[in-house]
Order: sequence, then structure tokens, then C-alpha cells
Amino acid sequence: MAKLRQIAFYGKGGIGKSTTSQNTLAALAEMGQKILIVGCDPKADSTRLILHAKAQNSILSLAAEKGTIEDIELEEVMKYGYQKIRCVESGGPEPGVGCAGRGVITAINFLEENGAYENLDYVSYDVLGDVVCGGFAMPIRENKAQEIYIVMSGEMMAMYAANNISKGILKYANSGGVRLGGLICNERQTDKELELAENMAKKLGSKLIYFVPRDNVVQHAELRRMTVIEYAPDSTQAEHYRTLAHKIHENAGQGVIPTPITMDELEEMLMEHGIIKNIDESLIGKKASEVAA
Amino acid sequence: MSDNAGVKEIKERNKQLIGEVLTAYPEKTAKKRAKHLATFEEGKSDCGVKSNLKTIPGVMTIRGCAYAGAKGVVWRPIKDMVHISHGPVGCGQYSWAARRNYFVGTTGVDAFATMQFTSDFQENDIVFGGDKKLAKIIDEIEVIFPLNKGISVLSECPVGLIGDDIEGVSKAKAKQIGKTIVPVRCEGFRGISQSLGHHIANDSIRDHVFGKLGDKAPRFESTPYDVTIIGDYNIGGDAWASRILLEEMGLRVIAQWSGDGTLAELESTPHAKLNLIHCYRSMNYISRHMEEKYGIPWIEYNFFGPTKIAESLRSIASHFDDKIKEGAERVIAKYTALSNAVVEKYRPRLEGKKVMLFVGGLRPRHVIGAYEDLGIEIVGTGYEFGHNDDYQRTTHYVKDGTLIYDDITSFEFEKFVEKVKPDMVGSGIKEKYIFQKMGIPFRQMHSWDYSGPYHGYDGFAVFARDMDMAINAPVWKMTKAPY
Repeated sequence: MAKLRQIAFYGKGGIGKSTTSQNTLAALAEMGQKILIVGCDPKADSTRLILHAKAQNSILSLAAEKGTIEDIELEEVMKYGYQKIRCVESGGPEPGVGCAGRGVITAINFLEENGAYENLDYVSYDVLGDVVCGGFAMPIRENKAQEIYIVMSGEMMAMYAANNISKGILKYANSGGVRLGGLICNERQTDKELELAENMAKKLGSKLIYFVPRDNVVQHAELRRMTVIEYAPDSTQAEHYRTLAHKIHENAGQGVIPTPITMDELEEMLMEHGIIKNIDESLIGKKASEVAA
Repeated sequence: MSDNAGVKEIKERNKQLIGEVLTAYPEKTAKKRAKHLATFEEGKSDCGVKSNLKTIPGVMTIRGCAYAGAKGVVWRPIKDMVHISHGPVGCGQYSWAARRNYFVGTTGVDAFATMQFTSDFQENDIVFGGDKKLAKIIDEIEVIFPLNKGISVLSECPVGLIGDDIEGVSKAKAKQIGKTIVPVRCEGFRGISQSLGHHIANDSIRDHVFGKLGDKAPRFESTPYDVTIIGDYNIGGDAWASRILLEEMGLRVIAQWSGDGTLAELESTPHAKLNLIHCYRSMNYISRHMEEKYGIPWIEYNFFGPTKIAESLRSIASHFDDKIKEGAERVIAKYTALSNAVVEKYRPRLEGKKVMLFVGGLRPRHVIGAYEDLGIEIVGTGYEFGHNDDYQRTTHYVKDGTLIYDDITSFEFEKFVEKVKPDMVGSGIKEKYIFQKMGIPFRQMHSWDYSGPYHGYDGFAVFARDMDMAINAPVWKMTKAPY
């Protein structure tokens, strides 16, 4: 058996991380890979398309119910979905209370201690939004994910997030050996999106793994709580996800230490591509009424 | 050798000594520590040291944290309230049982100061927040200890990190059970020492105790002689030995803050005619607030040693009519024979002895008079968490050439004592055994070494006996210091 590949999907909230990751992993499963998905999001919806349902028992909700994390068994939280993909969700507190970051740490420690990673080809972490605190950086620390795939698009905020996540990877790259696997662009149909995504990848010292075009079939599948791979296996979109899966599969050991850029460089790049307009320095901080005067 | 020449020599020695300890540090650390070490120069308005600054990482400091200041010092002695250490178990466990703040009451029935209440946070409480658990604890306290008058919620570090809404829970539960519940945001990571904890605790009384009873406030029968004792934690009975003097001179003590204190006393304090502050550092904040809001004047006093006691009694009396002034003289006269007898007995045994002190925020200056009444000289002193105004006040107590050390490190303290060779060191439990092993007598000046009281005339007798017992114990003649 090949060495266990530990990968993680990061990216701005709402960018389509969970959709992209589940479709890609479904395609990898089709290729015969044994996969575990670890959802690291308090909403616990990272495995919904694989399980056809929202995971009922997240690690943390069950721990809360039983009193302590020590009281739960792996079997109680691990579910099998499409193509026997194993799914666990960390879960977490309701918005506005407690510490979701600590929840991710607790959940991952639990999985490791209980042997969840045995007899697998892939572990994939799906992590919410930006790397807001140490807890959400847990999967990129020592002995966790070795390759990070950043899901992004041609929107400005998605670029910011990709750059920030790269900073997080850089921080842990030397101590833990985590690498940036590459960028995955989830098409939003913004101007010059492909060009921009390629340029962003280059600036980060990485590469654009794949450009996933937009297709309504994804929504149709989602409504049925399915991946496109399962819902419409013969569709063009399913083929795209299969290609992405192949590329990730062949990308083993090819990750890089990213070279995040400064805010100024990022803004300059966005200007170059016309995403944001260049304005006169003297106008910064001026109200419309002041400019008119 | 004249005195002047002696002082000059001491100043020169101190200078060398400070230079010597600083050479052990990296350059940046030495530069920072240099500002906290000095020799007092007669006539200066402060002690020449910086204070209330962040301790340098890597040194062994003697300081505590904000939680220690708020829970251990200010809140816990309030005996009829339950004080919850909110967070993981350690903070409550290691501050269990109090600082020997004596109280009258039955533990577990109507007094709770020496019990430990903790929410004992587990991993789940961090992840999901501890608010529900806090509400449950309050319910349980109500069932198990129905005679509690109120509850304080003392926040430990993790509660602040995860942003639990202890104010919300306290408010809702207070309404439900009809008692005072005080949320105290004294997370240990706040500030640079326990000093901020005192301030936070003072503010919590201001915000959650004063004026909160409204129509339910019991009728208060005022007298012109109502005073409070503020900043006396009744360690070994200190506040009791102080209170009797005030009462004997004709004053009425309506509240003790916070040794042997009650919630009702805190609530009625704004009726005082004069607030009497012993520990300025830990309770000046609330005194200033009462001055501003209720127009209550406050004065500092010092009940260590007969000289300072007499001074203080007269200064307190000067705020009242002749009846009280006469009362003060009567009290002083009454106890003169006692204190003279103490001095006569112990002074010959202690005359000329030298002592170095390092205590919290008041005693590094306040106890000096008591030592001097016994003929003992203070050759070095410093504060764990004093501020600039404490060092200014210190100038009225110390002699020219006294070695001053702020937030002293364990290393510096050892070196200083080794070179200055005092006859006794007065500091805390963490320091005690280091110096005793060096062959130097030691007294704990936080807890009075399980003795006390040291306040008032009665306390002076105990103090004198204890100092003699430490300094003149035959055991020290049987050890030989390795230097």
C-alpha cells in the first residue's frame, strides 16, 4: 500500500470548498482510493454530499452529550458514504460561544488517538474559511496534512484569503513539512479569471492545479445532496472533477513552500488585471463631496 | 567613622552591588532591570526606580496575576458570599483556603471563604463555552448553600480567551435567585501583576454592588462617627486588632474591606463619613470612586508599631469633633504602658539589627515604623507590584542610602542578601527557604508566618515577639553560612 496522503482544502468561506473537495474525493474513490474526510467546520456540512445527509453525530456534539471526549468510540462518529468513503465531522459550538478552534484540535487528536487513519490512502481535511486562529491551522501542523489545496476564484477577497492561507502554510512549513499543493480555481466568471488565477499561483511560487468551470449541474446535484460524480457520472462536469482528481493524485510530493506576497503586491497584481482600479494617491480617504469641491 | 561617611560608603556599596547583578544579564535585560534598582537619596520625591512595568520573561519573578489579586486578595475574604473560580481547576485549587483572612462564621453554613468552588473546565467547556455550566453551578450553590448572600464569578484565563458571557449569565441568574452575582473579568493574562486584579475587583464592586439594592436597601441609621476599614484583610486577625482601637476612641466601624467582611458591609459603605485606607495599593480605586460619587473623604493610616499607630489615631481623630480627639488620646494613653513594656523587653535584644524586606504593595513601607520602634533598621525594601505613588510614599519611611528594588528577581534578591548580610529577611513563602538555607533568619511578611495579628497595639506585641523569635533563635548560631 502506498504511503498515506494527507491533504487539506482551505479557502475563503462560500468559495465552494466543500463541493469541490467532495466531488474530487468522490472521483478519487472511483479510482479505488480509500478515503477519510475530516470536516473541520462547526457547521458540520463537509461530508453532506457523500453521506446524502448532514452528519448526525459530530465528534464534539457527541462528546458534549456524553460528557467527555474520552467516552466516545470511533465507530459512533465515523460514517460510510458513497464508494465507502469514511466521513467524520468535528462539529463545534453554536455561533458566538465557546472556541471552535479548540474544537478542531480536540477532534483531530481524538481521531489520531483512536486509529482513524489506519488502512487508508487519503485523509482529507476540509477547513472553514480563513485560518483565523491556531485551531484552524491544526491540520497544517506537524504530522497532519502534507499538501494544502487552496480553493479560490477570480474575486478579490478570494485572492486575499489564498494569500493569507499561504502565510499560514509558510509559518508551519519548516517545522512540520507542510507544502502548498496548488490552487484550484472554482470559476465565478469574473473578468480574466483564468489568467489571474495562474498569475496568483505563480506569485505564490505554486501552480494552478485545475480550473473548474461553472456548471448548473453542480447545483442540481447539491439539491439532491449528491456529488456530480454520483448524480451525473457521464456529465462533462463529472469529467472535470475526475481530471482534477487525477492531477491531485499525480501531484504527490510536488508541493512547495509558498511565497506569500505583501498587500501592496497583491493590490498591484489586481490592478494589473483590472480587478481593482488604480486611483490617484491624493484621493485616498477623501469623501465624494470633498472630491467634487 | 561619622554617620555621613557611613551612608556614603553604603551608597557606594549599593552602586557596586547593583552593577554586579546587572552583569549577569544579557545587555537588553540589564538595561531594563537597571531602572528598577536604586539607592534612596534623601530629599528626593521618589525612590529612583521605575515600577508597575512588565516583568522580563526568563527571570524568576515573585509576582502573581490579575486573578490572584481579584480573587485571593479582594473578593475571597468576603465571607458570606460564594466565590467561584471560573475555569479549569488549577487556579482555584492552588488558591484554596485563603490567606489566613480570619472570620467569624460557620464554614459551609454562613461562611464560605475557605472553601473552593470551581467550574473545573473540561475540554468540552472550552469548545462549547462554559456559560451553561456556570448557570448550573449557581443553581447548585443555591440548593447546597442557601444561606449564601451572593456570588462572585472570578474569571480564569480560558474564559476570557473563548469570550464567555459571564456578565449575561450573572445578570440573568441574579434576577432569578434575587441575590447579588458579581462577574469579575480578572483573567490572569491581563496586566502585568496582581495589581490590575485589585483594580478590576474594586471596579466590580462599584459596578455590581453599590446602589444595586434600590428600594430593597435596608434602612441605615447613620451616626456622625461612621467609618470604614478599607484594605485590611484581617490576616491573623489584623482588622480586629485595629477595629477595637477605633471603637474605643468613639468611632463606629460600619464595614471591613474585606477581612471578615460581608456583602452587607460593602453595600452600606457609601454611608460612611470617612473611609480609612490601610492598604492603599489594593483599594485606593474604590476609595477615590466613593469620594467622587458620594463625597466621602478618605485618609491613609498605619497601624504597625506604636509610633505610627499614635500618629494615625490622631490624624483620624482630626477629622472629627473633640469627643473623638479626646478618645484618641485616651486610647493612646491606655496602650502606652503595654507598648512600652514590649519595647523594653525586646528592644535590647533587637537594637541595631538590620532587615531587608520585599513584600507586595503596602508593607514594604508600612511596617518600617514597627521595626524602628524595636530599634531595627531597614536596609533594603521593594514592592512586588507597587506603582510610582507607592514609591513616593515610601520616601517618608526609608533612610538615606536604603537599597530599593522593584519587582526583584530571585537572582537579584539572593545576591543582594548575600552581600548586604542582613540579620533577617522579611518576604514571602517562595523566598523563605532560600534564605533560611543561606543561614539567614526569615519571617513571612504576607501571612505573618501563621502568626499575627501584627496590626494595632496588640499586634505589635505579637510582631515584636515574632521578630525576636526569628532573629535570636539559637539555631542560627549552629549554622555556618557558606560565605
